[in-house]
Amino acid sequence: MNLIKVFLALPVLVILLIPFLQVKGKGLVLLAAIVLNTLLSGYLAIQSLSGQFLEFAFPGSLITGPVNIRIDALSGWFILIINFVFITGGLYGLFYMKTYQKQKNNLSLHSIAFILLHTALVSLCVIQNSIVFLIAWEIMALSAFLLVIFEHEKMATLTSGINYLIQSHVSIVFLMIGFIWIAIQTGSYDFSALTTYTTTHPGAAGLFLFLSFFIAFAIKAGFVPFHTWLPYAHPAAPAHISGIMSGVIIKIGIFGIFRMITLIKVDFYTVGLIILTFSVISGLYGVMLAIVQHNLKKLLAYHSIENIGIIGMGIGIGCIGMGTGNNLLATLGFAGALLHTLNHALFKSLLFFTAGNVYQATHTLHIEHLGGLIKKMPQTAWLFLVAAIAISGIPPFNGFISEFFIYSGFYNWMKDGLVGPLMTIIFSVLALVLIGGLAMLCFTKAFGIVFLGNARQKFHHEVKEVPFMQLLPLYLIAFLIVFIGVFPQFFLNVLVQPVNLLAGISVSTGMPFQDQIADTLQPVTWGIWIFILIIAATFLVRKLVVRNRKVAVEPTWGCGYVAATEKQQYTAGSFVRSYSKLFRPILMTSKTEKEVHGIFPAGGSYETHIYDRIEKFLIDNPIAAYKSLLGRFLFLQNGRLQFYILYGIIFITSVICVPYFYSQIVLFLEFIKQI
Amino acid sequence: MLSLILILIAAAFFTGIIIRVKSIASGRKGPGIFQPLKDVARLFKKGVVYSETTSFIFQIAPTIYFSSVVMAMLVVPFGQSKGIVSFNGDFIFFAYVLALGKFFSIISAMDTGSSFEGMGASREALYSMFAEPAFFILMGSLAMLTGHTSFQEMFAALHIGSYISYALAILGTFVLMMVAMVENSRMPIDDPKTHLELTMVHEVMILDNSGFDLGLILTAGYLKFALYGALVVNLFIGVFQYQYSIPMFFVIQFVLASGVGLIESFMARFRMNHNAQFIFVLTSVSLLIFFGVLLILGKFA
Repeated sequence: MNLIKVFLALPVLVILLIPFLQVKGKGLVLLAAIVLNTLLSGYLAIQSLSGQFLEFAFPGSLITGPVNIRIDALSGWFILIINFVFITGGLYGLFYMKTYQKQKNNLSLHSIAFILLHTALVSLCVIQNSIVFLIAWEIMALSAFLLVIFEHEKMATLTSGINYLIQSHVSIVFLMIGFIWIAIQTGSYDFSALTTYTTTHPGAAGLFLFLSFFIAFAIKAGFVPFHTWLPYAHPAAPAHISGIMSGVIIKIGIFGIFRMITLIKVDFYTVGLIILTFSVISGLYGVMLAIVQHNLKKLLAYHSIENIGIIGMGIGIGCIGMGTGNNLLATLGFAGALLHTLNHALFKSLLFFTAGNVYQATHTLHIEHLGGLIKKMPQTAWLFLVAAIAISGIPPFNGFISEFFIYSGFYNWMKDGLVGPLMTIIFSVLALVLIGGLAMLCFTKAFGIVFLGNARQKFHHEVKEVPFMQLLPLYLIAFLIVFIGVFPQFFLNVLVQPVNLLAGISVSTGMPFQDQIADTLQPVTWGIWIFILIIAATFLVRKLVVRNRKVAVEPTWGCGYVAATEKQQYTAGSFVRSYSKLFRPILMTSKTEKEVHGIFPAGGSYETHIYDRIEKFLIDNPIAAYKSLLGRFLFLQNGRLQFYILYGIIFITSVICVPYFYSQIVLFLEFIKQI
Repeated sequence: MLSLILILIAAAFFTGIIIRVKSIASGRKGPGIFQPLKDVARLFKKGVVYSETTSFIFQIAPTIYFSSVVMAMLVVPFGQSKGIVSFNGDFIFFAYVLALGKFFSIISAMDTGSSFEGMGASREALYSMFAEPAFFILMGSLAMLTGHTSFQEMFAALHIGSYISYALAILGTFVLMMVAMVENSRMPIDDPKTHLELTMVHEVMILDNSGFDLGLILTAGYLKFALYGALVVNLFIGVFQYQYSIPMFFVIQFVLASGVGLIESFMARFRMNHNAQFIFVLTSVSLLIFFGVLLILGKFA
């Protein structure tokens, strides 16, 4: 109880303190506060993960009613993820923001929003009262908005920020619909009312309630087709904020879906199928668009959508397992989803941070302008490579473990399926495999073009590696990525409680997670160890054999042509050209081309722009229609003061008259009825 | 363990047989059957030339590529006898381990900064992406048919009982063989003997590799062929005793190798821009297998 009070008081104190500090002090105080709060919340979270769920009751106020705080295993898992990403992100941000030292006030606002965001996110994991939850949700949305628009003097940043702000409020609308509905039906703002209402009203009501919450959280998480804010907001934010957004802010949407699964009692089979459908589409669509992006951060943002899809597949399988009473399936799905949530938070934040390093060194994120950075920034390149392999789901890194769970879930579900489910399975597996292959295409492109080959553009400033202290948090993340990949058992033990909580399995009914799954994964780990051994052995042999061999360094084979320039290297566009030709119906590419003509050509040009088809049909077209509708009323706003006064008078008169006329109308109606 | 030894032996012959069949078909005398091994042995003795554009990625990639193939080899069973590593869902591990090797071979090609090698890398990434779904659906169908999810249990439980299952085994062979062709960059997809860099896929990616590294890459290619051959064999030998299944292994590998040789002698490579569609067709064939399995299990009833 007191710990929670300290946890809430600390940010308030820091917020009051920050505006009066020097720039350096701001960063240090902020980081110290985050670390302290992390320790506090982490202490409670670890207790909950060992199976001791904590509950606290605050008296609350007249409006909210009693406010319950409940730290269960699910909250614990997410709190730990949030804390880890915030600490590494904060440490990284401390160095990343050095370039902006002169913007003192802007930095104050940034720091305040940073700590508010951390407090709000952790609180969201534990609050059990719908009004307080909405308030925390709003604080989270607003502080994230402030963090995104740090470089608000750029128009593009501001528009993306506002885009994000609007869409996150659409999400709040759906949340409010759900909460108000429950409050009207039961008269209680406590989350437990959700359970009591849906158990007493089975059927369509629960399903609609769940869908309303699902849409709200899906907007936050970035499921297709609710994803359109994401590819704008991530690139606009400073690197450490992009990492935190992709690492944890969109995960709070996933948390919300998980939370609703534990609260709402519906037909989980239907829910599972719905989530699975959304996820398959998100996964495929996200990666398909990621491949053709030329802005490194935008590429990563689309990959977040893909990974949300993979997490969603896990959730879908888990729900289906619950719906059919197949405990093994439920545990496999939820374990995969929870683990992938952590994994994605790790490798995606690492990718964004390394992208930040690239931006710091070169001042550009345009892939086609980069190249050969591995020689200038070898450590950043290594870290990016580790994260890129991990995100493609390739062993021996962590992405493989969670995807392995999800695959196992699908093949396990196959055993008792009929034709309908089997078709779902086979197409989901097809999607998951394609996602893996496309992710590999995308990350070989990103890594190959940005870090390998020769520089495609000369920079007027020196391109150099960032200081070691800035790389330290990145090494920490990379270590965890490898650790989860090589010793997954440790993390699976931590996962036991959250998974059992989600799948609704109690100790008495036997937990497939501890008994079976841990055993099945043991040989996978052996396989990974043997793999690493083989790689090490081959290296050793190679080293011994080539020790005394002659090594020559020559130019790259140019097919006889010796004057090749760096402009003739394969570009990102050409690397994915055959892909984008094949997938043309899905992608939306606009091309402007100026061909060269004549004996003395005057210079040609070729430009392609990729746009999001779903965004065009779901966001742009309705907005255009709405605008043209509202445009018809433009004459009302003609800028003349007299007219505005007239509108005021009309308004006041009508307000006064309506009650009068209302009684007249009622009288008239009654008169008609009498006739 | 048994499978490992058999694959190693088969790998020693496989590529030699292909070359021999090709030379006989074109009326040449041709090199001996062990020529590929001699080539590799010679390469292992040579020094290396690195391109000045490359970084350490280029130097570690062949090793990792080779190791991934060796690891994949350990997973493959032989009929009733398990591979060295065997567990539920090991075919997922198999495919993803090979993916690591592919990842490194692609980025090592891009490391040279040559547009030829970039082109090869782009094609390789695209084709292997399209080939993987076929493999997973095939394995999924077998998993459904047998109720197991590890290579060894699936193959051991695979009884060829009815006419439909014969048809399925043949389709399965076709899919596996075509996947092997894609993975090894052989004939209908890629022509290993072409002389123009623009029309190559795999060969152009390793233009700058030399010495020990090139030897590793070539060896990995030989092993990969025998590896997929072993998977095909496994479709048929589930219930047989070793005295029958081991000779069968070599006969089938021989038939596959000479088949590849004959195809390469009498067919032209597909047009490059049709390749992707062709590979995707494999997925539909594997879906056909999936429906066949549904038919056998009576799920449509």
